[in-house]
Amino acid sequence: MNVKVIVKGRAKGSLLIAKNPLNFLGGIDKKTGIVQDRNHDLFGKSVGDKILVFPFGIGSSVGAYTIYSLKYNHCAPLAMICLKADLTTASGCAISNIPLVVANKNDYDLLKEDREVILDAIKGEIS
Amino acid sequence: MELTKEEESALDGKQGETLALAYRTLVAIGEASGSDRLIPIEWAHLSGVNYNTIGDAGRDFLSHLSQDAKFKVKTTVNPMGFDFDSVSRYNIDEKFIENQRSIKNSYEKMGAIPSYSCIPYEIFDIPKQGTHVSFAESNAAIYANSFSGLVTNKEGAFSALASAITGKSPCSDLRDDDIRKPNLTIRMKVESPNELTYGMLGYFAGKVAGSSVALSGVNGLDRRSCKSLCAGMGTSGACGMFTFGEEEGEKIDFDKKEMQKIHDELNTSESGDLITLGSPQLGLDEIGDLATMLKGRSFKKRCMIFCPSAIKGQMRDLGYRKEIERAGGELLFDCCTCLSPLVDNKDVDSVVTNSVKGAYYLRTSNKVDVNLKSLKRIVEEETK
Repeated sequence: MNVKVIVKGRAKGSLLIAKNPLNFLGGIDKKTGIVQDRNHDLFGKSVGDKILVFPFGIGSSVGAYTIYSLKYNHCAPLAMICLKADLTTASGCAISNIPLVVANKNDYDLLKEDREVILDAIKGEIS
Repeated sequence: MELTKEEESALDGKQGETLALAYRTLVAIGEASGSDRLIPIEWAHLSGVNYNTIGDAGRDFLSHLSQDAKFKVKTTVNPMGFDFDSVSRYNIDEKFIENQRSIKNSYEKMGAIPSYSCIPYEIFDIPKQGTHVSFAESNAAIYANSFSGLVTNKEGAFSALASAITGKSPCSDLRDDDIRKPNLTIRMKVESPNELTYGMLGYFAGKVAGSSVALSGVNGLDRRSCKSLCAGMGTSGACGMFTFGEEEGEKIDFDKKEMQKIHDELNTSESGDLITLGSPQLGLDEIGDLATMLKGRSFKKRCMIFCPSAIKGQMRDLGYRKEIERAGGELLFDCCTCLSPLVDNKDVDSVVTNSVKGAYYLRTSNKVDVNLKSLKRIVEEETK
């Protein structure tokens, strides 16, 4: 499928899919990458070394620094796929050099948990 | 986005990882906000300076970045959490002080002018009309667009920081003349307004407007009211500028009823244990006005007054400092009401202020109640 590139790069890995929007500030433990928001559907799971799929980011723009901390602490996602590019996620992925793409609704709904994919966020393709 | 060859090469890391990081940020924000290119800017004003706003993760990021990043254009910075010159008089955690020092050092190492002020438009010379700048502090962005003849988006901490490093910004939103033209007019219907009325008008406008809004029935604003209007607007929404006079399109009234709703939302106490003046910080005009208002009077309770250190010398030479301190006012530099650890809910339950922006953050971040009233009423009721 074709996707819009927000932050360039390439990644290969399995998909971790969140139903709810993510609040990076407070929602994820920046030292472990484990989702710590009890009301989130990914509660208790680690986002590290996965291609993280979620609708969009919410909450304070400081959440961008949390994404950077995840990368610095070696527990960041390999890449992110969103439905809508919010500025916090876009800034966070940019400063952390994590590929970020936006998929359209039909394609986004085809993404399946645990599937291994190759994300080419230069050409703008997922296969 | 269409990039030039040089921009493309910097993005690909051919001029080092720091420039690549900055260009990645501009491109990501540009792609996310529908921009087609980058344009040059002459001045960046950065937010994300107070340790309370960026935390450990922000401190670490800036520390890493400052190892080899250098600002390419004039770069000024927002207030910190406290005033280093007077911090020993306050009960601030040692760790907070260390973290704040680290952030200060990182920005200065990258070449920031140590302004620590949210009113750059009042303490620096303004470039010529139509100059593009990148201001991340919301009241400053709105003031720059609406009063100073400059062009900026209501930038975020990251876009302004990346602009400081590259001297560029995505060309989107308010950088486009069509978007600067308001399609909504708010008709000011409240009589005998003061700065608090204008703060609430701004807060109302921010909630209902898009990128730009027209205000009709507003005239004869003094500096205090201008700043209050900008700060109120920046607090409640995404609106980044206003014009005066009626425009085509939708019209809404701001009347006594609307104003009361906002007052009820922000005013949660009929009195306060402490007074804070300054969000935005008070400039020389306002400090002069305050000194005049306080002649022969003294505060009945603590009053913290926040200003930029750029005016320190002038306020001393003009005798304002002496007069305000005689009246019991506590002058603080390089910091501001918003998110300051100097206002602690362990010590105070409620705070008196004339700032709509201050009221919002005192409630949501410092978790204290607020008694909102105009400066004139504060002087009448809280001094003797």
